[in-house]
Order: sequence, then C-alpha cells, then structure tokens
Amino acid sequence: MANWIPLWLHRLSSPPTFYRFAGTLQPWAMTLALLLGAIALYGGLVLAPADYQQGDAYRIIFIHVPSAWMSMFIYAVMGVASFIALVWRIKLAEVVAMESAPIGAAFTFITLVTGSLWGKPMWGTWWTWDARLTSELVLLFLFLGVIGLYRAFEDRRQGARAAAFLAIIGIINVPIVHFSVNWWNTLHQGSTVNVFGQSKMSWDMLWPLLTMTLATKFYYAASLFRRARTDLLALEGGKDWVRQIAQDEDAR
Amino acid sequence: MNPTRKRRLTIVVLVAVAAAVAAGLGVYALQNNMNYLLTPSQVQSGQAASYTTFRLGGMVKAGSIQRSSDSLKVTFTVVDAGGAMPVEYTGILPDLFRDNQSVIATGHMSNARFIATEVLAKHDETYMPKELKDAMAKAHAEKPGIEKAGNRE
Repeated sequence: MANWIPLWLHRLSSPPTFYRFAGTLQPWAMTLALLLGAIALYGGLVLAPADYQQGDAYRIIFIHVPSAWMSMFIYAVMGVASFIALVWRIKLAEVVAMESAPIGAAFTFITLVTGSLWGKPMWGTWWTWDARLTSELVLLFLFLGVIGLYRAFEDRRQGARAAAFLAIIGIINVPIVHFSVNWWNTLHQGSTVNVFGQSKMSWDMLWPLLTMTLATKFYYAASLFRRARTDLLALEGGKDWVRQIAQDEDAR
Repeated sequence: MNPTRKRRLTIVVLVAVAAAVAAGLGVYALQNNMNYLLTPSQVQSGQAASYTTFRLGGMVKAGSIQRSSDSLKVTFTVVDAGGAMPVEYTGILPDLFRDNQSVIATGHMSNARFIATEVLAKHDETYMPKELKDAMAKAHAEKPGIEKAGNRE
C-alpha cells in the first residue's frame, strides 16, 4: 500500500505546514468561488428559461439548493473532523471542526430564509412544520449549539472537545434532513437532482445549479482556510513559527 | 493504535451509536403520529375521527373549482386514488392553485364537508421550460397509447 498519503496528511496536520498550505490555496479558492458564482448567477437568472409551473419564481433554487447541500456537507465535514479530534487529539482537526460551524450555520440560515421566501408565493405560507423544514431548523440549532458550547469554555481546546461530542451526536440529523421527504408526507417536494439516475430538471436549468454548487464548495474552502489560519496563530501564539511570522511582518 | 486512543475511539463510537439508536427509536415511535396530512380516502375510512383539525392532502379535481361571485369563498373537490372530499375555503389562494394541482388544506370536517382555514399548494420536483412541457403534452395527446402505458406503471 502506498503510504505517502497518510504521511502527507500527517505532515499537513502540523500547524505551520497547514498555515502555509492554506495561505497559498486561499486566494485561488476565493477567486474560483467568485468566478463560478458569477457564472452560475448569470446562467441561472438570465440564461435559464422560466419554469413551466412556477415561472420565474423558481430561480431562487440557484441559491436555496446549493446552500442546503452545503449545510449538510459542512455538518458532515465538522462531524468527521470532530471524530478525528476526539480520538487522535489532532489540533488541526479541532480547528477545522470549530471553524466550520459558523460557516455551516450561515449556509443553513440562508437555506431557511430563501426557502421561506420561496414558500410564500408558491406554497402559500412562509413556514410549516413538515419534516424537511423542521429537521433543517434542528440542523441550524445544532450548529449554533456547537458554536455556543465551544465558546462556553475558558480553555479553547477543552471547549473544542466538548463541542466535538455534540457535533458527533448531531450527525444523525444529516440523513434525517436528506431522507425526510421520502420517509414522510411533506409539503416540501422530493429530490430533483439525483446522483444515481435521472435528474428531474432540464439541462439548461441544471448546469447553473451545479456550477453554483461548485462555487459554494470553493467558498467554504476559502473561508475555512482563512478562519483556520487566524485560529492557528492564536492557538500557537507562543510557538517559534508564529514568532517568526510576527518578526517577518514587523520587518516589512 | 495505542491503548489511550483505542479507549477514546471506543467511547466516541459508543456515544455515536447510542445517539443514533436513540434517534432511530424516537423517530420510529413517532412514525404513526408524524402524519403531516391525511388523504380523502383515509378520511373516509375514519382515520380523521380522532382529530378536530387536520391537514387534508390530494389533487384538485379538474373542473370542480367554483368561486363565489360576491365573496372570496371557493369550493372545490380534493381527490386521491380512492376517494374524494368536497372542500370549502374563504380567502386568498396561492398562485399555483388550479385544476389537477396537489394541495394541502388545514381545517375541520363539518357535515361531510371539509372547512379549510388554510390552503397550500404543493409543487413537484420537476423543473422544465414551458416549451418543453407543451411539446411533451402535445406528443402525449397525439399518441394516447403512451399515456395509457405510463399510467399503468
């Protein structure tokens, strides 16, 4: 078995290496996010045709659905990082988990707000307690709970470990959000885009949606890199590599 | 893997599994009470008897919508595969409300009629341009055999 992958990961998990690595990639990720986001918005709001049933109102899907996917994706990343943080006590995993939470909470909030704005004209209501909407709201509370628990401890690493437990327990909600529309009768419609099998959307509407999905992924990477870098500097404040960076900044 | 990590791994996995089992049992227990809506045939078989208000879900029967000329009162029939239910509603309906649209109405039964206090329109997960939909409808109309075969599935 090739063992350069674990070796590379092990080296990457060292704070100074990750600090440099993230610093190099961050501007690229941000550029790609903005570029793809602009293309997707133009494709979705200008090029894509109106829907046969919902007219132009469906166009909020280009924000709503990528945000919803990100809310679950970021929770999954946070859960995996929390698991690694708890078992192996890797500092970088704690940082990734805790710095993902505010980004995930933001995407969940956007999902709920855009969904509400979409629901009023189409369904006839801002909010209803069906399984999909309720479980997505629970996801927002889980993100906020993780942030709150993390900040409640004076010692940040202790806080991170407590919050990591909450993150792992809450991960059970992610499949519930995803499958809620299949398991229960809901007002919310089923999945449009299927990884396995036919998607129920014509291609000239689907490509802007998928492009926006990519854009949000890059935005998450860029945002996480920036937050993690700041966090690492604060956590490793007394270490030589941070002092070196401070001196270099001073000399400039 | 050293013993400390093994111990931590066991604890974390146990906590995660316990949480998953608890959530699974909770959802399973709630399954019967988590009906967001009842269909007309469920109502007619007496399943709504224990509710004072509930949600009724189904399709608006084509041609059944009747609007009052001097008020916002609307009557229509909601149908599903095995039943039909007359519905009465006073108020503003969502844009998507029309013949053959899935709707969810909240309200109560009165003299074998459903008196709705809120009517929501449900839309499906299909998105396509109007031209494509029209072309498909035309193709279906020209070859009725296709539609019949599709309905049998």
